[in-house]
Amino acid sequence: MSAETLTTQMKAGLDAPICITWELTYACNLECVHCLSSSGQRDPRELTTAEAMRVVDELRALQVFYVNIGGGEPMIRRDFFDLVDYATGNGVGVKFSTNGAFIDPAKARRLSSMDYLDIQLSLDGADESTNDAVRGAGSYRTVRTAMDNLAAADFGPFKISVVVTRQNAGQLDAFKALADSYGAQLRITRLRPAGRGADTWHQLHPTHEQQVALYHWLSAHGEGVLTGDSFFHLNALGDPLPGLNLCGAGRVVCLIDPVGDVYACPFVIHDEFLAGNVRDEGGFAKVWKQSELFRSLREPESPGACASCGSYDACQGGCMAAKFFTGLPLDGPDPECVSGHGAPLVEQVLPGTTPRPSADHSKPVRVVLTRRDDRALQPG
Amino acid sequence: MRRLLSTSPAPTELRAQALELHPQVALRPEPFGALAYHYGNRRLVFLRHPDVVRVVQALADHPSLEATLEACGIAESRRPSFETALAQLRRSEIIRER
Repeated sequence: MSAETLTTQMKAGLDAPICITWELTYACNLECVHCLSSSGQRDPRELTTAEAMRVVDELRALQVFYVNIGGGEPMIRRDFFDLVDYATGNGVGVKFSTNGAFIDPAKARRLSSMDYLDIQLSLDGADESTNDAVRGAGSYRTVRTAMDNLAAADFGPFKISVVVTRQNAGQLDAFKALADSYGAQLRITRLRPAGRGADTWHQLHPTHEQQVALYHWLSAHGEGVLTGDSFFHLNALGDPLPGLNLCGAGRVVCLIDPVGDVYACPFVIHDEFLAGNVRDEGGFAKVWKQSELFRSLREPESPGACASCGSYDACQGGCMAAKFFTGLPLDGPDPECVSGHGAPLVEQVLPGTTPRPSADHSKPVRVVLTRRDDRALQPG
Repeated sequence: MRRLLSTSPAPTELRAQALELHPQVALRPEPFGALAYHYGNRRLVFLRHPDVVRVVQALADHPSLEATLEACGIAESRRPSFETALAQLRRSEIIRER
């Protein structure tokens, strides 16, 4: 079967997701300005340990091979190790994302002793000031300490996960050197305007020139750098980057949030992309197989405004979430379209008219970057 | 097919080998074939045809890949492409020698 047919099959959806992102808690010690899930405070409706274990049972039955656990900061949950042990003991591998604050030497040793476990440490600047401007004061030191602790405990090749921004796009070689120095794997992913990122995307997203440089950098590094297949919109620049060239939302991936809500992907925590809840009768499996939303996402999509562009097959029209939260139609170009079709449309979107993330778990007092609405004060 | 044959290392050798599904690999049936996941190296691999899945699952029951292809009723004309696919699976450690 050709690769093209496989992609067609995936667009029509699989019997079960390839992998699931599972945000275990909205509680977080940090308040990153681009947080996809607007995390900060725990939601009192959070799944209990028993409920979370039932979700694992379902994933096992569906043969979901692994989950990407995140949050919030997942290690804040007191049953974190119980849940990870339960998942890996049931054939559901775990990769979890953390800011590292709770990986002291003892926890590092415990993590090192566990099988089928991967760790992604989030770092958004190769130096302290670049990172802390996005992730908060002290977060660079914290995550470097966690990396040191994992290395000392002989964890092996953990992952360093970087969201590319305008501020760190010039540091790709430095990130790679840092990962190499730990024997770690570098993972570079795309900034999405979701969660608190909806407010900060306009200041943080890479420029066109940076995107072109990123494409060539990723092409040169091939499979040596992981991307979560998040940059397929760059494929319009030339030969495709490694990985799946499609939007997997509701087709091969989805998100389970801390209260059990199932969304099409980690970047669309919004009512419009809410497919159901794992607490509903029939559980997760029924949501995956029968939700109207997921069924509609598996229908052949229309290229819409992109139909006349020769690059549509290469870029697939880009990321649904990026379009949605910047106020663009879903059947048109990505706001970061490398052929330049998206940027003018974003400029035409009136400030304040873009969809707001449905749930905000930010702490009551926080510092944010200047909001997009300020543009309304500017002439022109 | 020419391209695949020229880049595939010593296919005749692979045909003679006794192979098996790696014990750390799980297969999940899908309409296009199957997903294979290796819990050790965490590789996720697509088996892109149901016949490839049948062959992979039957490997351990036969003395060689050749015998497996024969037993699974894979026509001679299709065997080079199966060898290529199986060679890739061996590189990903989805299957191994036994």
